[in-house]
Amino acid sequence: MAQDVLVFAELTEEGKLAAITFELLGAARRVAQALGGQVACAILGAGLDGHSQEAIARGADRVLIVDDPLLKDYLGEAYVPVGERLAKGVAPALILMGQTPMGRDMAPRLAARLGTAVAMDCIDLEVREGRIIFTRPCYGGNAHAKYSFNTSPAMATLRAKAQEPLEPDPSRQGQVERLEAGLDPASIPTRLVGREKQKVEGVRLEDARIIVSGGRGMGGPEGFRKLEELAQLLGGAVGASRAACDLGWYPVSAQIGLTGKVVTPDLYIAVGISGASQHMAGISQVKNIVAINKDPEANIFRAARWGIVADWKEIIPLMIEKVKVMKEVGR
Amino acid sequence: MALHIVCCVKQVPDPETPPSQFRVDEAQKKVIPAPGIAPVPSQYDPIGVEAALRVRDALGDVKISVISMGPEAFRDAIKHCLAMGADEGYLIDDPALYEADHWVTAQVLAQAIKEKLSPFHLIIAGRQAVDWDMGVVGPTIAEILGLPCITIVKSVQVVDGKVRGERVLLDGFETVEAPLPAVVTVSNELGEPRYPQLRQIMMAARKQVTVWKAADLGLDVAQLKNRVNLEALYIPQVKVETEFIEGDTADEKVEKLLQRLREAKLI
Repeated sequence: MAQDVLVFAELTEEGKLAAITFELLGAARRVAQALGGQVACAILGAGLDGHSQEAIARGADRVLIVDDPLLKDYLGEAYVPVGERLAKGVAPALILMGQTPMGRDMAPRLAARLGTAVAMDCIDLEVREGRIIFTRPCYGGNAHAKYSFNTSPAMATLRAKAQEPLEPDPSRQGQVERLEAGLDPASIPTRLVGREKQKVEGVRLEDARIIVSGGRGMGGPEGFRKLEELAQLLGGAVGASRAACDLGWYPVSAQIGLTGKVVTPDLYIAVGISGASQHMAGISQVKNIVAINKDPEANIFRAARWGIVADWKEIIPLMIEKVKVMKEVGR
Repeated sequence: MALHIVCCVKQVPDPETPPSQFRVDEAQKKVIPAPGIAPVPSQYDPIGVEAALRVRDALGDVKISVISMGPEAFRDAIKHCLAMGADEGYLIDDPALYEADHWVTAQVLAQAIKEKLSPFHLIIAGRQAVDWDMGVVGPTIAEILGLPCITIVKSVQVVDGKVRGERVLLDGFETVEAPLPAVVTVSNELGEPRYPQLRQIMMAARKQVTVWKAADLGLDVAQLKNRVNLEALYIPQVKVETEFIEGDTADEKVEKLLQRLREAKLI
C-alpha cells in the first residue's frame, strides 16, 4: 500500500522556494504521519542550488532534484512528463501542489496521465480510517464540498495560506536524489515565446498580508490613489471589485472575486464595496475584514469583523494621516 | 482551409444569487436553485466564445461549434453562445451522466469532439466553471486527446497553423505557442464577451441544437466510472461577530479602528 506523499515545490521569480511549498510540506507531513509514510519533495528547475536542506528542514524526508535547462520556466509540456516519471517512481498515496498558475495547469494534466483525478483549490485535508478526505470551497465560496478518491494516488492543489507550514528544523535529516529530466526538446510541442512582467508597486496581491480594496462606492479612479497611499503605508497591496474594474477605475489584473483573484491576506480592508457574491468568492477564507461603506445594510458587513458606516472620503484620508503618525512614533 | 473551433460551455445557478438565498440540500449533496433566479451560462464560457469570435474576426473563415453536457436546461447556455455568433450547438443529454465527475465529463466531451466534430483545430474552455470552481475539464480533455494545452489565457490568436495564448501569471503574463490542434482555457482578463443583439437572439432561437446520448458517441456508460466521490456539500458556518465602530466624529472612529487592528496585531 502506498503511504508516501509527494509534493511538487514551487520557486519564486528569484529562484527561492516559494511560501506555498512550505505549506504543502506542512500538510504533507501531517498526512504522511497519519498514513505512516514519508514525504518526498520534487523540485524542478534549472540551476537549482541549496533548496534541498531547506525542504528537509520544512518537513521533507526525500528531495528529488531535476535540474535541466528545459525546466527553467514552467511549461506544461515539459513539466508534466517529468512529473509523471517522478510520480511513478515514488508511487505515493497523495500528490500535492499549490493552487498557482503552475499547479492549475500541471495538476489536472498529471492526474489524467496517472489515471487518477485531482481536487483543486483545497483548504483542508484529513485522514479518516486510512482514506484522505479533501475539503474545498465551491459555488464561489458559498458552499464547501468534501471529496474522497476511488483512484490512486489521490491528488490535490492547496490554496495559499490554507495550511500551516512547519517551523524550520535545521537538524532534520533527509535524503537528496538528483534525477535526469530525460526530456527530448523535439518532444515538446509548445514554446514559451516571451514573458512580460507587470509593474507592481510594492507587494503582489497573492503575497500581501494586507489588502486595501475599492469598489463602486469609490466613485471614480481618483479614490484609488488614496487606497494606494494607504496600502503603501501598511506594506500592503491594492485590489478592486469587478464593478470598479468594469468601470475602468482600476486594472483588471487587480480584480478580486469569482472572476478574478482569490486572495488570503491577514487583513482585508474593503472600501466602498457592497459585498456581492461575485466579490465575496475572492475573499471567502479571509478572517479579518474591515468594511467601510455608507450603506449599513451592505452585505459586506455580514463578513466583516469591524465595520464603519461612513463615506470613505471621511475615513481613508484620516487613516492615512494616523498611520503616518503611528509609523513615525514607532520609529 | 476553414478553421474549426469547439467551445465547451455549461449552465450554472446564477453566481450573483444573494448569499441569503443560497441553499444546499445536504442529503442530496446539491444546490437548491433560488426561486425566481434563472440559471446562466458559466461566466468564463461566453468569454471562451468571445475568444473564438475574435479569431474569426481576424481570420474570416472560422466555424465555431458549441458543446455542452447536461440536462435539457443547458440548451439555454448553448443558445446564448449561438446568439453571440457561434455556428452550431451540440448537447450531450444522458441521465446516466448527470452524476458525472470532472473526469467522466472530460472523457465524454473529448469523445464527442473526436467522434462527431472532427476535424477540429482548437478547443476552448473557460478557466473553470463557476459552480464547482474546479478548473480541470479543459486540460483533462487535452490529455485524453493527446493535445498541447495552454491554460488561463487573456488572449487567443491563431497564426500560421499555431495558436498563441497569453497565460496570466501572478505578476504579468507569458506568451505560449502551440501547434494546432490544441486546447486553451480562457480567463476574465480576456475582456467582456459581446452581448447578443435581439436579431441574433431570434436567429439563434431558430437554430437546431443536436442532442446526443452517450451511446451515440460510442460510449458505454457502465465503463465510465467516477474517480472522485462527493462526500458532502454544505454551507460553511462562518460566525463573524461584526463590531460596528461607533464614534461622534470620523476621527474617533478611525482612532478606534486602528486601535483594534493594533490589538489584533494586524498592523
